[in-house]
Amino acid sequence: MVNTSIINFMGQRKIASVVSIFLVFGSIISFATKGLVLGLDFTGGTQIEVGYQDKADLTEIRNYLAAAGYENPIVVHFGSEKDVLIRMQGKPEAGLSDNVLKALRMSQPLVTLRRVDFVGPQVGEELREDGGLGMLVALLVVMMYIAIRFQYKFSIGAVVALMHDVIITLGFFSITELEFDLSVLAAVLAVIGYSLNDTIVVSDRIRENLRLLRVSTVEAVINESLTQTLGRTLVTSLTTLLVLSSLFYFGGELIHNFAIALMVGVLIGTYSSIYVASNMLLVLYLKREDLMPPEKEGIEFDDRP
Amino acid sequence: MNNYPLRTYLFILIIVFVSIAFALPNLFSADPAIQVSGQSGEMEINQSVMDDITIALREADIDYFGTKVDGETGILRLRDIDRQLYAKQVIQKKLGLEYVVALNLAPTTPEWLARFGASPMKLGLDLRGGVHFLLEVNTDEAISKQMDTMVRQVRTAMREEKVRYESIKLIKRKQIVAVFKTKTDADKASSIIRQKFTGITRDINEENEFFVIRSKMSESEIKKIQDYAINQNLTTLRNRVNELGVSEPVVQRQGKNRIVVELPGVQDTAAAKRIIGKTANLEFRLEAKPGSSNREKFSFSDSYVRDRGIKDAYLKRTVVITGDHVSKASAGYDEKGTPNVNISLNSQGGARMHRMTRNNIGQRLGVLFIEYKVRTKYNIDSDGKKVAASERYVDKKIINLATIQSALGVGFQITGLSSPREASELALFLRAGAMAAPMYFVEERTIGPSLGAENIALGIKSVSIGMFLVVIFMLLYYKIFGLFANIALTLNLLILVAFMSMLEATLTLPGIAGIVLTVGIAVDANVLIFSRIKEEISNGLPPQSAISAGYDRAFVSIVDANVTTLIVAVILFIIGSGPVQGFAVTLSIGILVSMFTAIIVTRALVNLSFGNRSIEKLRI
Repeated sequence: MVNTSIINFMGQRKIASVVSIFLVFGSIISFATKGLVLGLDFTGGTQIEVGYQDKADLTEIRNYLAAAGYENPIVVHFGSEKDVLIRMQGKPEAGLSDNVLKALRMSQPLVTLRRVDFVGPQVGEELREDGGLGMLVALLVVMMYIAIRFQYKFSIGAVVALMHDVIITLGFFSITELEFDLSVLAAVLAVIGYSLNDTIVVSDRIRENLRLLRVSTVEAVINESLTQTLGRTLVTSLTTLLVLSSLFYFGGELIHNFAIALMVGVLIGTYSSIYVASNMLLVLYLKREDLMPPEKEGIEFDDRP
Repeated sequence: MNNYPLRTYLFILIIVFVSIAFALPNLFSADPAIQVSGQSGEMEINQSVMDDITIALREADIDYFGTKVDGETGILRLRDIDRQLYAKQVIQKKLGLEYVVALNLAPTTPEWLARFGASPMKLGLDLRGGVHFLLEVNTDEAISKQMDTMVRQVRTAMREEKVRYESIKLIKRKQIVAVFKTKTDADKASSIIRQKFTGITRDINEENEFFVIRSKMSESEIKKIQDYAINQNLTTLRNRVNELGVSEPVVQRQGKNRIVVELPGVQDTAAAKRIIGKTANLEFRLEAKPGSSNREKFSFSDSYVRDRGIKDAYLKRTVVITGDHVSKASAGYDEKGTPNVNISLNSQGGARMHRMTRNNIGQRLGVLFIEYKVRTKYNIDSDGKKVAASERYVDKKIINLATIQSALGVGFQITGLSSPREASELALFLRAGAMAAPMYFVEERTIGPSLGAENIALGIKSVSIGMFLVVIFMLLYYKIFGLFANIALTLNLLILVAFMSMLEATLTLPGIAGIVLTVGIAVDANVLIFSRIKEEISNGLPPQSAISAGYDRAFVSIVDANVTTLIVAVILFIIGSGPVQGFAVTLSIGILVSMFTAIIVTRALVNLSFGNRSIEKLRI
């Protein structure tokens, strides 16, 4: 049922390239002009989440805060209409949350304090740097691992696919103006892991088939490998998306954006393992001889678990 | 073919049983509890104290059970978490300020499980509520203090050795510059510095007909002072946190000059912050005579101003003693019923205090309360945007100024405190010791208890629904093999929870997200294997060989794929902070466990069902 017909994936590689380049450049442009809406973790500042018994009136809250002397706080609903997030610049001086709560209790005595976050500006800056560094280190280490396990053309293919996925996921956050916080950064790094997972399974198959199918062209081998792994690629993406949608719908507001980032990443990662990584192998003129030396070590693995 | 030796099945069974045992304590939810201890280690918490407490609770109509006393602390459990705060107030009122009454969560692990070391997973702050602080230690302050002393010592040394110098000064708080007229003086000074002072560099130059020695603290010395300051602060913080009586607090160094403090279950965050964050110290100084040059003006504390209407006073610059000389301190009341702090000094402090006060009877002695604080300042940056920056400053206020009636010795009292709370906190600071270097809050997160409980509920809900969807899908798509994969998946979760409990790892909300992601990824190994078996069958292999080939061929892909994901998880753990690490931990354990469950466990199930039999057709 899997092997009946080979899908000519690489026949569409020109169209796929155009789509990918369009998406990547679109993301970069949005990134350069709009940037990301960075969360408190990266910008520093204070946010207070309060819970009401019933639907909260944001205008009224703003008025009460202004009356208490807090200028221009950002007041938004958080997750539900009963929960309100208040964001301010600066530091929670002694009793800031108490004072805010006191001001809010004047209109609604039953309001409860759910959480207070304060991040100093220097910590936010460090996190920004560490986050960028983390992505770079992850990419480099992974590139090295693939270069050792496979061959450098595979590792270039994988890393191009990874950057493609990361850039488009970030671009998605930039275009939709969703907040980018620490959990989203973790999600983007997890996307690196996931997309790699996919790419490696495909590469593994290409390597195996290149050695087995001596007569076909490299392009035909890639098509056959992609066809063979397609079932698995789709099923795994589907199960992952199933649990992610469960996180998205039931996981609560705090991991909402985390789930979105991963969902976008998984979709893009699935596409890129088919079209970007394999496409790169053709762009780099992958030859059968590239994989010759490791062949001596044996391709039939009989190390049973 | 397709048979495992008996020992493999036994091995799997053992792992399953051990995992069940270690995962089991997580089913028993913790009880809200109140923990009572004495302000100092000498106070005993015995049955009669507990009896007092239980009487008070019964009067207040609060249900309790499971009281336990061990001499140092007493703990009792409550039926209703909403009454916890109220119960604390009732007990504190009954026992008075000498006792530390703290909120706690008491595990309900049954005795037989606890006996072999099984305990529930630790829940992160985002799941149980509490406060997280990140404090930055200003080690520069400690270094410049050290340099300050050194300059004075260098001057004294030069005078003692009769070396004539033009000037010896501290520049920019970090460089000692000594100027000499002749080269011989400079050389002699240089050798004296080398002999008497370790840890500073010397550099002689001729500048404008003078000979100048520039000395800086060496890198290793700077590091030594930094480490000392941070360790001292850590100790002090631990003392203070212990006084708060929080269960399972975390006080840890993070990076070069930061300290993390996590107080799970703390609800009165304002009090916690006051006690943790206060880098307070005391200085005792005599009042200065009018017109004296050796004087400094200080304001009185707010409560002092309110009670007496005086705003400020002049004190001498010379410090009699500081809070560092305090060996014991406890809060209490004087005969008039106003709160005070009883202080015992160490012998050195006592001697100094005695000498100073003996000669100054009738004069007034001031107690200065010193705090290092941060305020937010708004600067305009180059783009014209308003940027918040924190500015550090020292706040010194007089909390008491009283006439010396007689020579003071090792023990005396500080009065003039506005409230019992102020008295007990001041006593706490003095007891717990002073900070070696000032500290500032750079991050602070408070999670209310209701949000914590909600996060747990959401976490459990999203894991179960996610898992349910995957289980259904696998059953529909792979039939009996799907069932095997589902059993493996369940086992994966079980082992993961057992592992986390065993390692005493902390479960956080991002950690739950990591578990959910593991559920998605863990089936991948099985999907790989099963699609491979399908392929082999359609390639014409007989079922038994197809199963065997499917597992063998998929193995390499699974290892490669999981190793790369693991690399990313490890990097996440290394560079990430709190929330990211929680995610990385569950993801890595999940991946490792999935290699075992998805490959070995499903294979065992497949072997048990199909091994050593002739199968005509395999439905997969």
